Amino acid sequence: MELNAISIGFIVFTIFTLGGAIGVVTTRNLFQGTIWLMVSLFGVAGYFVLLSAPFLAAVQVLVYIGAIAILITFAVMLTRSVARIKVRYMRLLPSLIGSLALFLILLLGVTMPIFGAHPPGSIPDYVASTRDLGAALVDENGYVVPFLLASVLLTAAMIGAIFIARDENA
Amino acid sequence: MVPLWMYLAVAAALFAIGVFGVLSRRNAVAILMSVELMLNAVNINLVAFWRYSETGTDLLLNGYVFTAFVLIVAAAEAAVGLAIIITVYRNRRSVIPEEARALKG
Amino acid sequence: MDFLNDPHVLPWLIPAGPLLAFLIITLVTNKAKMVPASDHHEYGGHHPDYDGMKVPVVARYSRVISVAVGMAGVIAALLISWRTLYDASQLHHIGPEVLASGIAWMDAGATTFNMGVLIDPATVIMLVMVPIAVLMIFIYSIGYMAHDPRQARFFALISLFAGAMLTLVVADNILLLFVGWEIMGVCSYMLIGFWFEKESAYKAAIKAFTTTRIADVIMLLGIAYLYSLTGTLSFREIMYNPETLDLLATSAPIIFGGWTVSAASIIGIFLIIGTVGKSAQFPLHVWLPDAMEGPTPVSAMIHAAAMVSAGIFALIRLYPLFAAGGDPHHGILTEPLAFMAVVGAFTALLAATMAVAQNDVKAVLAYSTISQLGFMMAALGIGAYIAAAFHLITHAFFKALLFMAAGSVIHGMEHGEHHVHEHDHASPHPDGETEGGLAHDGGAEHFDPQDMRNMGGLRKTMPVTFWTFLIGGLSLSGLPIITAGFWSKDEILADAWLVLDKYGSGAHGMVFIMLALAAFMTAFYTMRQISLTFGGEPRSDAAKHASLGQGLVSFTMTLPLIILAVFAIGAGFVGVPTDFPVLGPIFSPKYNAFHHLVIEALPLPDATAAYASLPDYHPKAPPFNIVPVATSFIVALLGLWLGYMVYWRKPLKAGQADPMENFLGPLHPILQNRYYLDDVYVAVFVKPSQWLARQVTVFLDRGVIDAFLHLIARVFTWLGDLIKVLNLWLIDGVGDGIPIAIFNFGGWLRRMQSGRVQLYLLLVLAAAVIIGLVLVLSAGAALPL
Repeated sequence: MELNAISIGFIVFTIFTLGGAIGVVTTRNLFQGTIWLMVSLFGVAGYFVLLSAPFLAAVQVLVYIGAIAILITFAVMLTRSVARIKVRYMRLLPSLIGSLALFLILLLGVTMPIFGAHPPGSIPDYVASTRDLGAALVDENGYVVPFLLASVLLTAAMIGAIFIARDENA
Repeated sequence: MVPLWMYLAVAAALFAIGVFGVLSRRNAVAILMSVELMLNAVNINLVAFWRYSETGTDLLLNGYVFTAFVLIVAAAEAAVGLAIIITVYRNRRSVIPEEARALKG
Repeated sequence: MDFLNDPHVLPWLIPAGPLLAFLIITLVTNKAKMVPASDHHEYGGHHPDYDGMKVPVVARYSRVISVAVGMAGVIAALLISWRTLYDASQLHHIGPEVLASGIAWMDAGATTFNMGVLIDPATVIMLVMVPIAVLMIFIYSIGYMAHDPRQARFFALISLFAGAMLTLVVADNILLLFVGWEIMGVCSYMLIGFWFEKESAYKAAIKAFTTTRIADVIMLLGIAYLYSLTGTLSFREIMYNPETLDLLATSAPIIFGGWTVSAASIIGIFLIIGTVGKSAQFPLHVWLPDAMEGPTPVSAMIHAAAMVSAGIFALIRLYPLFAAGGDPHHGILTEPLAFMAVVGAFTALLAATMAVAQNDVKAVLAYSTISQLGFMMAALGIGAYIAAAFHLITHAFFKALLFMAAGSVIHGMEHGEHHVHEHDHASPHPDGETEGGLAHDGGAEHFDPQDMRNMGGLRKTMPVTFWTFLIGGLSLSGLPIITAGFWSKDEILADAWLVLDKYGSGAHGMVFIMLALAAFMTAFYTMRQISLTFGGEPRSDAAKHASLGQGLVSFTMTLPLIILAVFAIGAGFVGVPTDFPVLGPIFSPKYNAFHHLVIEALPLPDATAAYASLPDYHPKAPPFNIVPVATSFIVALLGLWLGYMVYWRKPLKAGQADPMENFLGPLHPILQNRYYLDDVYVAVFVKPSQWLARQVTVFLDRGVIDAFLHLIARVFTWLGDLIKVLNLWLIDGVGDGIPIAIFNFGGWLRRMQSGRVQLYLLLVLAAAVIIGLVLVLSAGAALPL
């Protein structure tokens, strides 16, 4: 791996992503955990840029960091009175062993070509434009049905969330 | 050029960290955050596979569009999940899933 | 919505409106409250025998919805029909060219069964008549049923009725036609028995349903046979295809093979029997007079727009099949044609004689319907295809008019009766019940608003009804020149005379004479009815105060009468023969419009030339001949004159006997009781089957089956005792053991269900890791490292 802009970016974003993720699962203060989550998600957005999907990166920042992380912050604040939980973890050892085993198996799978040959190393220069995505979403040979279903899902989730979280006494 | 397997390895690590968080954290909000990490690991995989295998033709946007859908589903999941957490909290004054075990056999 | 602009597809939507209305009304209007039937103000007058009962009264919004939705459905049907008629008129040459579309409905092995719609000349004339008549009936029903407790149900059913009729009209194959046909059967059952609290109503409903059912089963046999021979039921593929017709006409049937009849004849007769039931021809006519137990709009629907017309329409559709193998225009009749001619002519005359002696205002009309349908059937039998279609249309208009006018009369009489009661007139009831002829005449204390002997003088209190009834009645009588009935009847007689004159065929002579006689009696009993109802002085207090009242009810019940009266006169002028003196050149300068259109429903003559067994399907219109025209003039005018002299000039006084009783002597009760045919049927069919059922109960059920069952029961009781012992130690041991084992296992397993979500997930992860390991190791082993 020669050292060029992309490689450097990759390393930086890896540090962001994995560091943030470790922060999320280790921090005692959940508010800080939310910040760590944002860092991690930002790293993922960086990967998207490296992978010629700038639109997805933008969406990642908007939806995850802008919406979901904020939502989680709200949830943390709303449930603050019990946030001071004495015991951070439970079943720490089984979880740790299980996760590590999973990671090793996955690593084995992606580094050794045992699930099939790796694709060729060189890839053409190509940047997916937002226009392509839009066309694919409304193309009747493309994804118009999943797209509509996703709209329905969002609506249902929204109504469901409102319904569930509604205070019946208020 | 960063080879494909490196992206996959990072995604695997992120996924494993998420799994660890889901299994071990006591706070429901923290569990939800860990789930988001796992979803992001999947997204990295999808985009990487798409980038490294499908860019020959213009309309093959499978991985790309899939990622968009995962984002949508994640948004829905976060909204509903947090609503549930807040409701449980309101009813039981607790966000610890271990204590919400009315379905115990 | 591009397909809506395709004239070939649009006809699909014609029945959709009423059918949709049926669904909506049925689904939406279900709120009802029970009120005592004695509460007259809640549900109005014409409800016979609800005393002491509670009846469900639909909510006010249900009434509004049912009326609005029902009207919307039928108006939609009307508009789409008109659009379709316009599209059809744009065709270059309708007949060989049609509007048609279909879908593959069912794959039947090698062939595909298609369902579709077809607009050909026969459909066109029905689409002119049916929607208009149905719309008039709906408008009329608004007023007539305005106070009925089950108004919503009524509109739902009558919408379904109309939808079924329109389905039948636009159908392009016999099966779809049959579907509409059967839905109408069900609707007629439910509508005739609409006031099912009344015994006579539900009995009439059962009678109508079983009678038509008998015929329908035979018709279905004919359809099945036709399909097995030709492999298709499409009208175009059978009726317009000389090859198929020739095949049918020349192949021998699987039954009655020794009688030298063709398959076409057997199929034809089976199909005709279906119509004999549906269009109430002898010997299955008995249901139609009883069918007037339903509300009057239903009678109009059954008698004019839908049910009985459907029977004749089906015959018109299938006519090429009946005629295949014969040549009616040269005096050679096939078996189905002869069958139709005999049954039709006989029914026409028989029903006309029965109508003469009826006292119920609707019964007279019912018999006249049977009689007029006999006219059409006989006309078809002698090959007067176009005349039959013509009479079908004109008859539908004036018979709908007559029935609704009669309904107005009944409504008015009930109104008058209410009026009398409310003002507490000391009214000695006129004796009208002493003869006791009609089955539905109630007890002596029960006033019958349908009995013409209680009426009289209504021309003064109900002028609009009088004039429209007069127009309809004169059209029915065939008053020369100005009424529609004259032109269509005259054409039937002209067709019959043509062949009789040229070839001296016996069947045609019989038809000519019997129909002329029936026409004479028609004119007579119509005039009798008009005179008894409207002429003279009121014969009861109710008649004195009869009126339709004011407001919406009166308006909706009068408007359709006026519109239909226009048709009852005007509809005849589309079919004036070209060579009729004076009028021919005025109304039909180039060609007879109706004849010109309808003839195209039949296969072209040049196409049939290669098939010797087929007749000439495109006969010329009968040339003008003075004999049939003079006959038409004479029978109509003579009948009317006679009725006028006997009944109008010397109107009946209250309580006076009908002059016909003296004139006919002992014949009168026979006619009044329908030749005792109903009683014969009861004695021959109903009673024996009831007896048989009883014998079966006694002998078979109790004697044989019960004994057998008891024996089996003994054996099994003993066997059961044996097995019980076995059970106690063998089965119970095992049977109890298994649940206990399962219980213990469950008790052990339930400890896993801790309710801790994350513990579950940990188990899932463990499983995933194990599966992953297996995959990696097995794949790794397969890899050549």
